[in-house]
Amino acid sequence: MATVIERVTKVVVDRLGVDESEVKLEASFKDDLGADSLDVVELVMELEEEFDMQIEDEDAEQISTVGKAVTFIESKIG
Amino acid sequence: MKLSNKTAVVTGASRGIGREIALHLASEGAKVVVNYSGSQAKAEEVVAQIIANGGQAIAHQANVANADDVKGLMAATMTNFGSIDILVNNAGITKDNLIMRMKEEDFDAVVDTNLKSVFLCTKAVSRQMMKQRAGAIINIASIVGVAGNAGQANYVASKAAVIGFTKTAAKEFSTRNIRVNAIAPGFIETEMTAALPEDVKTAMLGQIPLAKLGQASEVAKVVTFLASDDASYMTGQTLHVDGGMVM
Repeated sequence: MATVIERVTKVVVDRLGVDESEVKLEASFKDDLGADSLDVVELVMELEEEFDMQIEDEDAEQISTVGKAVTFIESKIG
Repeated sequence: MKLSNKTAVVTGASRGIGREIALHLASEGAKVVVNYSGSQAKAEEVVAQIIANGGQAIAHQANVANADDVKGLMAATMTNFGSIDILVNNAGITKDNLIMRMKEEDFDAVVDTNLKSVFLCTKAVSRQMMKQRAGAIINIASIVGVAGNAGQANYVASKAAVIGFTKTAAKEFSTRNIRVNAIAPGFIETEMTAALPEDVKTAMLGQIPLAKLGQASEVAKVVTFLASDDASYMTGQTLHVDGGMVM
């Protein structure tokens, strides 16, 4: 079973078309990975599907980096 | 047929312009969700007519000013037809009065049904359309939203706002191949305009270069055009279907 980090990384690579080596925990989707606002919304949608969870809009707004996505998801699936 | 394999949601489709839009989209091959608020029998009639003509349709009750109802409407669409390709935000009401006499609740009710519904429905379909990387949203505004009209401050404000919303949605969704356009019908023969006093009707006719009322089907054809690939390079526009009333 892949770890949360590995699964998030795969979604980010697929969605944003970036190289896996760029997907570091501190990487900002917008500033480092070239995502626009809609890309981030779509990314969150795909994370919801990957992890079979609902991410509320208020939470989604906080998910700006790879690390924040991982932390949020880990806190939900505990 | 221009809309084969497409699914269309038409709000307020049991009567008036919405009814003709539902029928016309279906005649071009679209599977249609006929939304209604209170007129179940009339909505079922529209569905029956579409099915009799060899098309596919369902009726679904929802108050489009209510977010939960709207979610239910789109969920039912996905369950029945598996995609949402076209959204026609048509539902609308009037509660006319001069500003000095207009009640606050009448202002709110019109803005909720005519404007907030457009936001709620657009938001509710945006996820699916973004995934599809395709979609067409057509908002039914009104020519009075462009020109103003005494006695309709609430209605006019809501329709003018729909035009602004259309432009913004067109910009936000442009990179995902979702086109958003509006239609501003003029004086169309429906129950809504039948309720107008004779002298108002006569005065309005005098302002129409084509010198006649429009038919709901003449609006529906333009909706089909905007929903189809024929309009693939159009977004953020407001088309006046008004016999030349406002140029």
